[in-house]
Amino acid sequence: MTQASLVSAPPWGRRRVLPGLGLSLGFTVFYLSVIVLIPMAALFIRAFEPGLDGLWRAIATPRVAAALKLSFGMAALAAVIDSIFGFVIAWVLVRYRFPGRRLLGAVIDLPFALPTAVAGIALSTLYAPNGWLGMPLAEHGIRVAYTPWGVLVAMTFIGLPFTVRTLEPVLGEFGRDLEEAAATLGATRLQTIRKVILPLLAPAILTGGAMAFARAVGEYGSIIFIAGNLPAISEIAPLLIVTKLEQYDYAGAAAIGATMLIAAFAVLLALNGLQIWMGKRR
Amino acid sequence: MSRTALTLPTDDPLWLKLLLGLAAIAFVGLMLILPLALVFQQALAEGLTAAWDAITTSNGLAAIRLSLIAAAIAVPLNTLFGISAAWAIAKFDFPGRTALVSLIDLPFSVSPVIAGLIYVLVFGMQGWLGPALAEHDIHILFALPGIVLATIFVTFPFVARELIPLMTDQGREEEEAAISLGASGLSTFVRVTLPNIKWGLLYGVLLCNARALGEFGAVSVLSGHIQGQTNTMPLHVELLYNNYDYVGAFAVSALLALLALVTLALKSLLEWRYADALAAIHRH
Repeated sequence: MTQASLVSAPPWGRRRVLPGLGLSLGFTVFYLSVIVLIPMAALFIRAFEPGLDGLWRAIATPRVAAALKLSFGMAALAAVIDSIFGFVIAWVLVRYRFPGRRLLGAVIDLPFALPTAVAGIALSTLYAPNGWLGMPLAEHGIRVAYTPWGVLVAMTFIGLPFTVRTLEPVLGEFGRDLEEAAATLGATRLQTIRKVILPLLAPAILTGGAMAFARAVGEYGSIIFIAGNLPAISEIAPLLIVTKLEQYDYAGAAAIGATMLIAAFAVLLALNGLQIWMGKRR
Repeated sequence: MSRTALTLPTDDPLWLKLLLGLAAIAFVGLMLILPLALVFQQALAEGLTAAWDAITTSNGLAAIRLSLIAAAIAVPLNTLFGISAAWAIAKFDFPGRTALVSLIDLPFSVSPVIAGLIYVLVFGMQGWLGPALAEHDIHILFALPGIVLATIFVTFPFVARELIPLMTDQGREEEEAAISLGASGLSTFVRVTLPNIKWGLLYGVLLCNARALGEFGAVSVLSGHIQGQTNTMPLHVELLYNNYDYVGAFAVSALLALLALVTLALKSLLEWRYADALAAIHRH
């Protein structure tokens, strides 16, 4: 072949025509290791240094346990709210035509683009007892700012784009033939949505919800201003890590961090499993 | 075909359209628009001059400068990484490709606070390298290098996750043709690959930059919170807010919010005009 003389084939793979695998892969793995993998390893090594017993003792204190419960519980609740409204918003964006639709679609990504500290002080001021929303709520005896509900509001804010953006493309490619068939067979529109559309969308709803959950569990900036940060009541786990670091309790901080990552990973794995199971059942 | 039915059977009834439409608009209005409007209202509560003066204090300007420096280091590095990772993953087959993609996405599922924590564990005084660095008087934590590291970590996947699916879709035939015709690797990349990926690259850089300028949690852990020295713009917002300087806090916030709006506008423009030149799915 004349090509072979033109192309200096890399020694490790004569079939490859394109150059640069060694350089690009080498740089990729090096950069990934230095920035992400080695420091992440430091976290787990530090957390497990005192052994499983020691790790357990570090996270089984009432304050840490309450913070983990708050972060994971509220993140799950926020993911459910985001999934419901994410479905409604994606449905409206994909299926309906109305003036301002593109603007509505563009605004959805605001929580991605708006710095979390800005969102945090805005939400806090909005829901404070004298705020635009806090005042009318306070008249009905509902307090949001400086309570666990403030945590929920911030987590819902931060997670919304994940559910909308996951559902939108799936809904967009969704053929109408099944819906037509259901309508032909006499199903009402609501029956069609509930029995045909929602089950088919379930995997995408789960994916979006899982992403919103993962983001909410680790969220810090938008929460700390509105939460009030009362230990064991409205103190989230990431804030407790910061507190431990300020007290130079590196082992304690590492224990909470590793636990959060392992627990979040376990939840995501379980949701993934559920998705596969649903896919097989169909 | 029924004569009376003016709507298709797959159209929602009007009441349902109104219900869902209003629910969507109400939720977006309450959850997203209202906080944004509040930022600008609070910033301008004492007039434009007061807001401008609050932004242009010496500490405010130092914060803007530091944020820009951190982004100016982190974004190009992550762009270089994104291109390199996408080239390796999209143009070649090697064992562990899928695992590598998952690992690149990892920083997105890590709390920003944990991102800060891991570097404290490596570079802190009780950390792996802390004592050695202190001996040579090298400051990483509570100084610019720490802030840059935190920024790099949280914006790590943006460019890569845009380019990997895009370049995988585009395949390798065009590059192979160029190489076969005698083009060098570099000129193949610059003249064949780059024109194909430019909009996707811009999209990734845009999101990377927005996050780099706005990052709070990770930078907060690694910054020393020294006014005028190690405070970035979001940290400056926190400091002003906690000192009850609400006009100042919201004025700097409004600047960041404007930046977010510009980012959203450019992002939407790219999605509408160059949708074909971007990766098929945009999940961030």
